[in-house]
Amino acid sequence: MGEHLIKMPDVGEGIAEAELVEWHVKVGDLVREDAVLAAVMTDKATVEIPSPVDGEVLWLGAEIGDVVAIGSPLIRLKVEGEDSVAPAGQDEKAAEPPARPKDIEAQADGAVKSSEAIVERQGKSAPPPRPPEPPQRPPVRTHLPSVARAEGERPIASPAVRLRAREAGIDLRQVPGSGPAGRITHEDLDVFFTHGRQVAKAPGLAQNNSVEHVKVIGLRRKIAEKMALAKSRIPHITYVEEIDVTALEELRAALNANKRSERPKLTLLPFLMRAMVKAIAEQPHLNAIYDDDAGIVHQHGGVHIGIATQTGSGLMVPVVKHAEARDLWECAAELNRLAEAAKAGLASREELSGSTITITSLGAMGGIVTTPVINYPEVAIVGVNKMVVRPVWDGSTFVPRKMMNLSSSFDHRIIDGWDAAVFIQRIKTLLETPAMIFVEA
Amino acid sequence: MKDISCKLLVIGAGPGGYVCAIRAGQLGIDTVIVEMAKPGGTCLNIGCIPSKALIHAAEEFDKIAHLASGRNALGITTTKPAIDLSQTIAWKDGIVGRLTGGVSGLLKRAKVKVVQGRARFRDGKTVEVETETGRQIIRAENVVIATGSVPVALPFLPFGGTVISSTEALSLSAVPDRLVVVGGGYIGLELGTAFAKMGAKVSIVEAQDRILPQYDAELTRPVSKRLKALGIEVMTGAKARGLAKSGGALLVEAEDGTEISLPADKILVTVGRRPVTQGWGLEELVLDMEGAFIRIDERCQTSMRGIYAIGDVTGEPMLAHRAMAQGEMVAEIVAGHKRAWDKRAIPAVCFTDPEIVSVGLAPDEAKKTGGETKLGLFPFLANGRAMTKQGEDGFVRVVARADNHLVLGIQAVGQGVSELAAAFGLAIEMGARLEDIAGTIHAHPTEGEAFQEAALKALGQELHI
Repeated sequence: MGEHLIKMPDVGEGIAEAELVEWHVKVGDLVREDAVLAAVMTDKATVEIPSPVDGEVLWLGAEIGDVVAIGSPLIRLKVEGEDSVAPAGQDEKAAEPPARPKDIEAQADGAVKSSEAIVERQGKSAPPPRPPEPPQRPPVRTHLPSVARAEGERPIASPAVRLRAREAGIDLRQVPGSGPAGRITHEDLDVFFTHGRQVAKAPGLAQNNSVEHVKVIGLRRKIAEKMALAKSRIPHITYVEEIDVTALEELRAALNANKRSERPKLTLLPFLMRAMVKAIAEQPHLNAIYDDDAGIVHQHGGVHIGIATQTGSGLMVPVVKHAEARDLWECAAELNRLAEAAKAGLASREELSGSTITITSLGAMGGIVTTPVINYPEVAIVGVNKMVVRPVWDGSTFVPRKMMNLSSSFDHRIIDGWDAAVFIQRIKTLLETPAMIFVEA
Repeated sequence: MKDISCKLLVIGAGPGGYVCAIRAGQLGIDTVIVEMAKPGGTCLNIGCIPSKALIHAAEEFDKIAHLASGRNALGITTTKPAIDLSQTIAWKDGIVGRLTGGVSGLLKRAKVKVVQGRARFRDGKTVEVETETGRQIIRAENVVIATGSVPVALPFLPFGGTVISSTEALSLSAVPDRLVVVGGGYIGLELGTAFAKMGAKVSIVEAQDRILPQYDAELTRPVSKRLKALGIEVMTGAKARGLAKSGGALLVEAEDGTEISLPADKILVTVGRRPVTQGWGLEELVLDMEGAFIRIDERCQTSMRGIYAIGDVTGEPMLAHRAMAQGEMVAEIVAGHKRAWDKRAIPAVCFTDPEIVSVGLAPDEAKKTGGETKLGLFPFLANGRAMTKQGEDGFVRVVARADNHLVLGIQAVGQGVSELAAAFGLAIEMGARLEDIAGTIHAHPTEGEAFQEAALKALGQELHI
């Protein structure tokens, strides 16, 4: 018998630390080679750490939410055989090199709702982590059958647990038991106290005094940090303008109706992306990264458009790189690919970084106006609101027109209100007369 | 005499009543307990404790008699023993006195007021007690009925003269030459065995087809074997018919219908116990009954608010430890705590030779619950400690659910197995699985190892057989 130390693997170039977001094992578990042990999170991507060997988990080196430096001890396994590595704490070189990330997976499994382009597509869910297979070795006493308590069966609990439940007014029949044979433990009661407590419903309205304490970890923590940074550093100016997209919608319908079958179905977003490319050509300082500590605005020639995307675990921003070099169809195709990857939790760290300007869209949920938060350290974000048919006065009569608002925010330190208005008006002109998107003036 | 008002009145200071009163006193409840005899009830005075004292004396006597017979393997020789039963009884009475005195002390320390006398309900909140100094009225917010039980008499064999109950059997001044026991339940067997060991010629008359009919035959077999070895005549399927005219014999209708006359100096009738529901004013109350017993709910509450009942008066099993647990619970309920009866098992012990313990479900009962079961039985024949005690008869048996290995019942028969009741009870109350017992180190060399081995056997992992 020996010990095998697994360290926090090098999960990406230039990354010094990663946040532990999930343990797939606990102390005492038997794991097989390649079984997923833990998930860690870098800037945006989640990386699963597989076990390089068969063994029994002896020690876990971090708690969920801890930020762990690359190379720090993470897990110790008890392994069989003579070739097992020296226990941790001895010669560093004797220990195995850090485990290699098996594959890169983000932890999303929900639906992408962010843009019209994305809602129409069916995403595949991330494959569930493989459960550790039982070991081949004999004494398997710990692995004897455990059958959950059937409905209506008398709960199994020690007298102390029963008393505690009784005094708290909890009916143990409603408490799930995690112990062997479905035995209810004190820990199960703790969980029930904080989460699952269901007081018998009295007729009428009742106060709910429960407070749930949810640890902000993983993607949510990243989002929180990023939002706080953006809102505390950037003086936002938000500019809302309405766009008549009647002509654009006609064009879009015609293109979709006549497109080659292998081409993606067009949503409004690729048109907006192309319009932004055109507008940015005239106002390059809107397509920029503002390094406010250094006092430098990096104006990028390439237009890398971040697409704010809702995933099962929260907001992610996959990036369509070099939109200036992609035509309408290519923009649409890349948009779809990235949205699907993000939704399935398969977007890579590279695909989730490097944007120079961002589009945010709530699609059919878009409302009238939003106040988008700039994707720090960019300087502009364009928000798409819901398209509706509204009566528009054409000078002599009301006509039904397809109208849509753009709610856009700008970093007022770099972008004057005037520049913001010019930018949005230019986009408005392009979208209202879509031929101009494709034709050089 | 000045009336007493209290929050809790307990009627009967048996194991249920005195525990209830002590706990109530500890919880700061103003408590009064009424007892017409000495505290301790049947258990301390004329039941559990005195019978165990007598059984112990009989065992000691029997051991020496066995050694004196010269047929022992240990190489010990001694002379034939003699017993002065009156001195044995005096010793027993000393123990009883210490214990009842102890209970009185505990009641006092818990600031419980003890009223000596016979209680009678006037109504649901008022009880009058006939004391030596007159009538005492007690008004109480809550009343606990803990009046216990008494031996059942047979109409054709009323107690008196040669016909005695367990109470008299525990206070005989001499060992009867010929003792006939009517009723092959645990009380009759315990006492019959004790007197046989002390030299009496004992016959047991049991109406059913075997002794200890509430236990399965596998469990009672070692007891039957030992009874035979002790020279006790066991007549099953036999019915007592009455005293012979001479008075010195019991007329019995044997299994084959023939009438036999069993000569007897004493006839001990142990055909069961009945709840004491008379003589204390039950008729003044409106209590729902359940057969002969007072009906209670899971909080030991009767059909009348503020009136609780505990112990033998509430039904089977009529065991002191059940009454104690009920008493404790009721005191806490009266103190405002949230409590309800949620016990998994009430252990039952027969202090026969060898002893029998049963906790939880027997194999047949477990099967009736519907699911598949697993059974593990380990004989003391393969247990080192049992061999060194010359007690190789018997076994430990574990019954568990087949699907999740939850232990449903544990039984044992063997020398001294009554002490294993603690481990058995804990296992069931804690919701142990077979793996929990198998995975617990049991000290070597002890009879308790058979418990672990029985669990291992049920798992198919037995080591020592």
